[in-house]
Amino acid sequence: MPQQVPRLAAVFALAVVALLVARRQLIPDTFGAVGHYRAAAVTAIAARPVKYAGYQACETCHDQLAAKRLSGNHRGVGCETCHGPAAAHIEDISVKPQVPSTREFCVTCHAYNPSRPTGFPQIDPAAHNYPQACKDCHDPHAPVPPVVPGQCSACHAQIWRQKAVSHHARLACTTCHEADQRHKSDPRSMRPTKPVAREFCGQCHAQGSQATKAIPQIDLASHGVPYLCWQCHYPHYPEAR
Amino acid sequence: MTEKGGSPVEQREPSGNDGPVDRRAFVQSLAAACASGLPLLFGVVRVPGLEAQGEGGGAERLYGMGVDVAKCIGCGRCVYACKTENDVPMGPGTFNTWIERYVIKTDGEVVVDSPEGGIAGFPPTTTESDMRRTFFVPKLCNHCENPPCVQVCPVGATFSTPDGVVLVDEDYCIGCRYCIQACPYGARWFHPEKHVAAKCTFCYHRITKGLQPACVEACPTGARIFGEVEGRATPLARFIRFNDLQVLKPHLNTKPKVYYANLDGEVR
Repeated sequence: MPQQVPRLAAVFALAVVALLVARRQLIPDTFGAVGHYRAAAVTAIAARPVKYAGYQACETCHDQLAAKRLSGNHRGVGCETCHGPAAAHIEDISVKPQVPSTREFCVTCHAYNPSRPTGFPQIDPAAHNYPQACKDCHDPHAPVPPVVPGQCSACHAQIWRQKAVSHHARLACTTCHEADQRHKSDPRSMRPTKPVAREFCGQCHAQGSQATKAIPQIDLASHGVPYLCWQCHYPHYPEAR
Repeated sequence: MTEKGGSPVEQREPSGNDGPVDRRAFVQSLAAACASGLPLLFGVVRVPGLEAQGEGGGAERLYGMGVDVAKCIGCGRCVYACKTENDVPMGPGTFNTWIERYVIKTDGEVVVDSPEGGIAGFPPTTTESDMRRTFFVPKLCNHCENPPCVQVCPVGATFSTPDGVVLVDEDYCIGCRYCIQACPYGARWFHPEKHVAAKCTFCYHRITKGLQPACVEACPTGARIFGEVEGRATPLARFIRFNDLQVLKPHLNTKPKVYYANLDGEVR
């Protein structure tokens, strides 16, 4: 065997050993265990701390609020959407999550923006009862959309106040005016009725009617003919007599 | 790959020398040739994209996300939740997820903006007269099945997990920013303090514990649906079944696992 062959072999062997050592040193432990990456990185990333606990965790203690939330229009909104990350609160109850109570927070979602989907409840923050806090009227855990007025007074406040101090105070508006339910949602298309006939007022104010003696009564056949009642007596006024 | 590559060479040798070849001998020699090539392959050559793909397909789970564009109200709570959950710095251009507002004008011009990623919502646009359509689009890493970012990483610091999530190994990343250039969706960013590439992890630390990703947890309208892509009765499976789905930039063949419903054709 020529002299240079074992020498070369030795050099090659040394190179291979150096390569193996370098490889062991340079490649991290778990590299290639699963794929072309450090398998330990996956477990390290999976072990990062959780900050949003999830609404299920909130419900274990706040069960009444959770039930209320499910009953209302915020049923799809998670607790931490408004209250912020709450995992720290679950670990230590003295750490309080956020309680946003200002208008500025609610309008993050509910301010009018043309890019928002049609039908999503939106208001103009400058015009909608500024500067009251939203929660004064809307319960954030079960908010309700604006409802049509329950009473005539919501729109006809002036008449309602006059009537309240008149002799007709104890009569409901509907005693004399028939109002269809649709008048609330579409006032001009369904107008309430107004009594026009003398006989309508005569139900109480004619002699021989079944009303109490406290109510002034007249002879319908002779009193103020040929005028209608309201042409002389305005029924909402205190001085209606 | 090598098995296929080795076969024509092996086929030529016997036929050139000995004329008709015994089938058994041919198969044996072929197998031997393949076997001798395998250790070399495993020791030296690794193709990250291929491996990640193969593992993802055989995994027990394959995570994905559905985004219903018609439900997004652009409130930015997802952006806030993501930044909080993942300690994402507040600086500009550091977003795992962000919301874009598209305004398509009557003359066809498309205006896209995303002030601070939409973290504090969007100021209303003032002129509505020349507006044809407008909507919000939440964006995030698409966790592609063929991730270009993984292919270009020179050190193997970014990878697809067996359950289909593309992650970055912060301790191994050298901060060369190659992956940030490679991502066609602009979903990666450079961490200004750690000096490594960073991106959406689908909140891997949460989903492995059975929780929803922070953005999904925080979304008030249910515009984001997270779950397993295939084979199970999950909300995402239902979302995939009942919606006409689109993905972003399908022509790039990245095979994203973030599926959009009601997506406008102008969204890029």
